[in-house]
Amino acid sequence: MSAAHDEKQPRRVHLKVLGATLGAGAFAYAMAPLRAWTKNISKEEFLQRHYKELTREELAKVIQRLEAETKRDYGRDVTIKDPKPREGVEFGYALNLSVCIGCRKCAEACHVENNHDRRTNNSYIRVLEMEQGSFDMERGNVQYDGPVPKPGKFYMPVQCHQCDNAPCTKVCPVQATWKEPDGIVVVDYNWCIGCRYCEAACPYHARRFNWQKPEIPAEQVNPDQGYLSNRIRPQGVVEKCTFCLHRTREGKLPACLEACPTGARVFGNLLDPNSEIRWVLEHKRVFILKEELGTRPRFFYYFDV
Amino acid sequence: MTKNSHAVTYPAFLLRIFRGAFDGTWRFYVWMTVLTAIALVGANAWAQQTANGMHVTSMTDHVSWGLYIANFTFGVGLAAGAVMMVIPAYLYDDHEMHDVVLVGELLAIAAICICIGFVVVDMGRPDRLWHIMPGIGRFNWPISMLTWDVLVLNGYLLLNLHITGYLVYTKFLGKRPSKRWYLPFVFVAIGWAISIHTVTAFLYSGLGGRPFWNSALLAPRFIASAFVAGPAFVIVLLQVVRRASSFRIGDGPIRTLTSVLRVTVLLNLFMLGSEVFTAFYTGGAHATAAKYLFFGAHGRHGLVPWIWSAIALNVLSAVLLHSKATREKVAVLDLACFAAFVGVWIEKGMGLIIPGFVPSTLHEIVEYSPTLTEWKITAGIWAFGLIVLTIALKTALPVLTGEVSLERDRELDRTRGPAEPEEDVRLAS
Ligand code: SF4
Ligand code: SF4
Repeated sequence: MSAAHDEKQPRRVHLKVLGATLGAGAFAYAMAPLRAWTKNISKEEFLQRHYKELTREELAKVIQRLEAETKRDYGRDVTIKDPKPREGVEFGYALNLSVCIGCRKCAEACHVENNHDRRTNNSYIRVLEMEQGSFDMERGNVQYDGPVPKPGKFYMPVQCHQCDNAPCTKVCPVQATWKEPDGIVVVDYNWCIGCRYCEAACPYHARRFNWQKPEIPAEQVNPDQGYLSNRIRPQGVVEKCTFCLHRTREGKLPACLEACPTGARVFGNLLDPNSEIRWVLEHKRVFILKEELGTRPRFFYYFDV
Repeated sequence: MTKNSHAVTYPAFLLRIFRGAFDGTWRFYVWMTVLTAIALVGANAWAQQTANGMHVTSMTDHVSWGLYIANFTFGVGLAAGAVMMVIPAYLYDDHEMHDVVLVGELLAIAAICICIGFVVVDMGRPDRLWHIMPGIGRFNWPISMLTWDVLVLNGYLLLNLHITGYLVYTKFLGKRPSKRWYLPFVFVAIGWAISIHTVTAFLYSGLGGRPFWNSALLAPRFIASAFVAGPAFVIVLLQVVRRASSFRIGDGPIRTLTSVLRVTVLLNLFMLGSEVFTAFYTGGAHATAAKYLFFGAHGRHGLVPWIWSAIALNVLSAVLLHSKATREKVAVLDLACFAAFVGVWIEKGMGLIIPGFVPSTLHEIVEYSPTLTEWKITAGIWAFGLIVLTIALKTALPVLTGEVSLERDRELDRTRGPAEPEEDVRLAS
């Protein structure tokens, strides 16, 4: 039928062909930015499997590729390691609110250590200035300025609480984020699809999304990197505090702790009865934030006295 | 292989459907061209957003979902509400409704396409879409509510594709559809319609850290509003279909849907009222989001105009629907439907998603107001959905009216001519 129909209506056919060609051309034009973008995604990256499914050799290859890409994009030679959790170690962190002065040195150290985007001055730590005598975060303030500590205020830094019952890992549709045996919640930046469901789920504002490709001058890149922690994150994925696992799994302390001038921060192995963190948990007035949500954090606050 | 085996007739059917999709009056071409242009603008904006990063949106780490997820939520409601019409048709054996059920199911298909579109444009890494495919990726089922949503939405799409496809195909062959092959699916689809919107509500209400969403009333509210948006759209759609095709639709279905709408707008307003009461009477920190939404908080008022427009529109449609004028003038009915549709779109979208993030979990107030890119992409996806809907109706309805059938096609092939001009007259008119 159509043949007969079309013979009689050649104009109509021509118009349709013209329309289809124009449409296809316009579509190709509209999608051009996407093609340029996909050029930067190698076949290996596209096909890369989840971290937990990679063999040692595969991971080594991935890391090689990532190091080369960092060199290409940021002009810096870096080493990406993949330190594993250690047997008999579960990390915990405690913060003394009586001595914290709100200087934000920890937040700055985090910014540098973790290769955060320089434009946005990103950090995994946010410090709240709170009213003395009130625990109402509503009355807290993150944008405070000027000399600290201010009279009548106390300061509460907040970062990932490495929850044992973590809402963020539950909601992730692709298991791109999970809890490691030593208690640290990590993200596979090469598996995350960037849906930001975890960001909505986290009650502590601990997650960050890479709204654009991080920008860091070559000389400022921290070259000691971990696959699951501070390597420079790709655009479009979520990231978070990892208790500096590239340091702490090798026996060092988190960068934020080393930067703190007041000694407000105590970090250590919860399974070691002689650790300082255990002493704090057993002897101080310790509390956790938003306990009612049942997230079971590994990040504790305490007061002297 | 006989000439009546499915291996022959099914490809013939698909081909006919395909041809029907690109043939029409000048009005059809203008309509499709406009939609295509809008969709292309959206596609271009999305390509740029993906390439340059999502900082081109107004979203931040504080308000990490925005217009896209708002529209997604509303779209799920529309998809669920569209199948609403199936309920009176089958449960009460309302014969007039039977005829128009198909229109609702085709709308559901288009609405699901819209939803999928909004989820994809919200992803930071659309190249990794395969990670969420069961079997090849790592599907965090049953823990993640989002995986449930993937399953129920795609299941719903398949169900509706099957039902409509089967009914249209058998009609094309000139046979009577066998109940066995579609009735059970219709009943499953009804239950499924409820499930898609319930699961979508659970996405939000399951988050303990977001008190604004963490309410057991969220799922019922979603269902109620779905049953506002769905029928409101279908009432107008039926009138368009009645004008633009020879598919006959009596006044019965429109009347039935209007009476459904009369109840659901009130129900929806009632539930909104209960939530407002609970938030404000209790007060405290948990009410901050509601306070920000309705009156502004700490000197920020970004959502106030949105929500009051929504309430005004919902109230307007409730008043109109219960006035005599609706019964007498179609224009008033259409206005009421339009008001209800837009009212719910705001309330289920911007009015629901954004206050979940304001104040943030650390009680900071960071506002959100969609950028041009976000509006372009949003318009593009809606245009794409309307293209799907137009093509679906355009190809299915002539089969249902008998204008297109296998027999007629074969006859035309045999005679090659006489019937031809007649068809063209119809197409050109
Ligand atoms: S604080 Fe947030 S990001 Fe960290 S483990 Fe808990 S829910 Fe996840
Ligand atoms: S943004 Fe990434 S890590 Fe977070 S839920 Fe989505 S896929 Fe998982």
